[in-house]
Amino acid sequence: MSAVTIPARQASGGVNVKVINRIVIYGLLALFALFYLMPLFVMLVTSFKTMDEIQNGNMLALPRAPTFDPWLKAWGETCVGLTCAGIKGYFWNSIKMVVPAVLISTMLGALNGYVLTKWRFRGATLVFGLMLFACFIPFQSVLLPMATILGSLGRFGVTLQNATGTSFGLGNPTVNLVFVHVVYGIGFTTLFFRNYYEAFPTELVKAAQVDGASFFQIFRRIMLPNSMPIFVVTVIYQFTNIWNDFLFASAYAGTGDAMPMTVALNNVVNTSTGVVEYNVNMAAAMIAALPTLLVYVLAGRYFVRGLMAGAVKG
Amino acid sequence: MSTVATSQIKLTPEHARPRASVRSRLQDALPKIVLAPSFAITIVFVYGFILWTIYLSFTNSKTFPSYVLTGSRAYQRLWGWTFDTDPPSSWYTSITNMGIFGFLYIAICLALGLFLAILLDQKIRGEGVLRPIYLYPMALSFIVTGVAWKWFLDPGLGLEQTLHQWGWTSFHFDWIKNKDFVIYTVVIAGVWQASGFIMAMFLAGLRGIDGEIMKAAQIDGATTFQLYRRIVIPLLRPIFLSAFIVLAHLAIKSYDLVVALTSGGPGGSAWLPSNFMYEYTFKRNEMAVGSASAVIMLMTIVAIIVPYLYSELREKPR
Repeated sequence: MSAVTIPARQASGGVNVKVINRIVIYGLLALFALFYLMPLFVMLVTSFKTMDEIQNGNMLALPRAPTFDPWLKAWGETCVGLTCAGIKGYFWNSIKMVVPAVLISTMLGALNGYVLTKWRFRGATLVFGLMLFACFIPFQSVLLPMATILGSLGRFGVTLQNATGTSFGLGNPTVNLVFVHVVYGIGFTTLFFRNYYEAFPTELVKAAQVDGASFFQIFRRIMLPNSMPIFVVTVIYQFTNIWNDFLFASAYAGTGDAMPMTVALNNVVNTSTGVVEYNVNMAAAMIAALPTLLVYVLAGRYFVRGLMAGAVKG
Repeated sequence: MSTVATSQIKLTPEHARPRASVRSRLQDALPKIVLAPSFAITIVFVYGFILWTIYLSFTNSKTFPSYVLTGSRAYQRLWGWTFDTDPPSSWYTSITNMGIFGFLYIAICLALGLFLAILLDQKIRGEGVLRPIYLYPMALSFIVTGVAWKWFLDPGLGLEQTLHQWGWTSFHFDWIKNKDFVIYTVVIAGVWQASGFIMAMFLAGLRGIDGEIMKAAQIDGATTFQLYRRIVIPLLRPIFLSAFIVLAHLAIKSYDLVVALTSGGPGGSAWLPSNFMYEYTFKRNEMAVGSASAVIMLMTIVAIIVPYLYSELREKPR
């Protein structure tokens, strides 16, 4: 806790200066709060307005007669490309992609972190460094080879389908995206768990080993029960990142019924047939934002910790 | 710490007994076996794919990958385009935009983040409410908030129209439709998204500063401004470095920002190299050129990140 406060210095300057100082500080802080809230506010109020009110009214005005229709229309009727069945299907696509991807990458990260801190071997730092660097690469540099591989797997899936009657998920865009997000997510999850377990008392692990506990027993009985906070951090971080991803989604599931929410939303907004229904667009955007927003409201503290862990050394 | 960790393995009871040697050897190798799949995946799908992309950039690939090496033609074309300014080539536009966007985005985020952190560190009532408000943009996809920003910046719908309604009819703000200014709207939206996070980093740094140093300086008669300039900001140097690294790599990776806000801008005038790569690879069937631009992006990141990671991991050999 730093002890500097502007008023502390001004104490000798009289009460007035102090009060003015406080007013200026609070004023600036409030002004910036408005700046950050503005887009969300505009999105929210517009999604409850009728088109009439949008065209004739003020952007910042509250809806005069709030209507839930734009939300219903966005969910069930709006056009994504040529199909007009709302965004509900794409919302579920995203859920189906996010849940397995988050669980798998988090579990792998936990195991990797455990090995890299409690079972160190020669070259462990190099291994970690190589995995860590993978977090920072621009994904453009792997986009094309991955597309080629996924294409071949898809063709192999068709062959399997013909031969055995099931493709084992090969070629399914959702499965592909889960795979891609796991592959490019383990760098982050390993980083989180590695830094967390680094601070975990090694003596406990040692004592358990002396008692004859095996590698997995130690992991299950000692590490996992004490890992709740870092699990929350990692799951939230991965959930937010994967839900919000646009580059992979548009490259590997950019068309068709399997596209995730972000791609579908971008299509809704950029559909240029007929009158642009801003209220429906805003409602669709709100629906796409709700899961991550909800997580942020409920567990924002952990989200920030995840961001920090990615930025500042643990 | 590391010595303790490495010697642990030898303490395992199984090692003491010569029997069950296969089992104990397996136990020995188990940690590596567990780590191996993740490591293999990283080697193949990150480093292998990077090599693959580099290889493709030296071929003549158009719509489909071709594996006949044809020399550095793709790089020569990019190099030629770098100076193609009349009319500006897409590549010239992309790298110029990267320069403008990168510089302003990093500079404004750092300045604004530090400023807000210092304000919030003045024992503010309601800090618990303000902090999440400054930070929430980071939790949302830009595809989502881009919808709102696009609307807000549209001269016919958003800010301009609103101010006209309020009586300021001479107000004019159409940057988003102007090919020379569209990149600055990307800066505004980018700063809006990331500055709250940078604020949180600086705030954590400020909270970590030893209060005694401050008290001593205050007793010596330092003014608040001097205190911050001479003592606090120099102490925050590691945070500046981390924040710079974070912002630089976010700036280079920015992609959906441009797509959502401007759909590329009039005539591709808002493109960054990431958009250039995507368009050339997947839409214009110039796979070799797209790969070459991806390699250039990667090299830029390597130049920033590798020295940083190296010093981070070396600093405290654990």
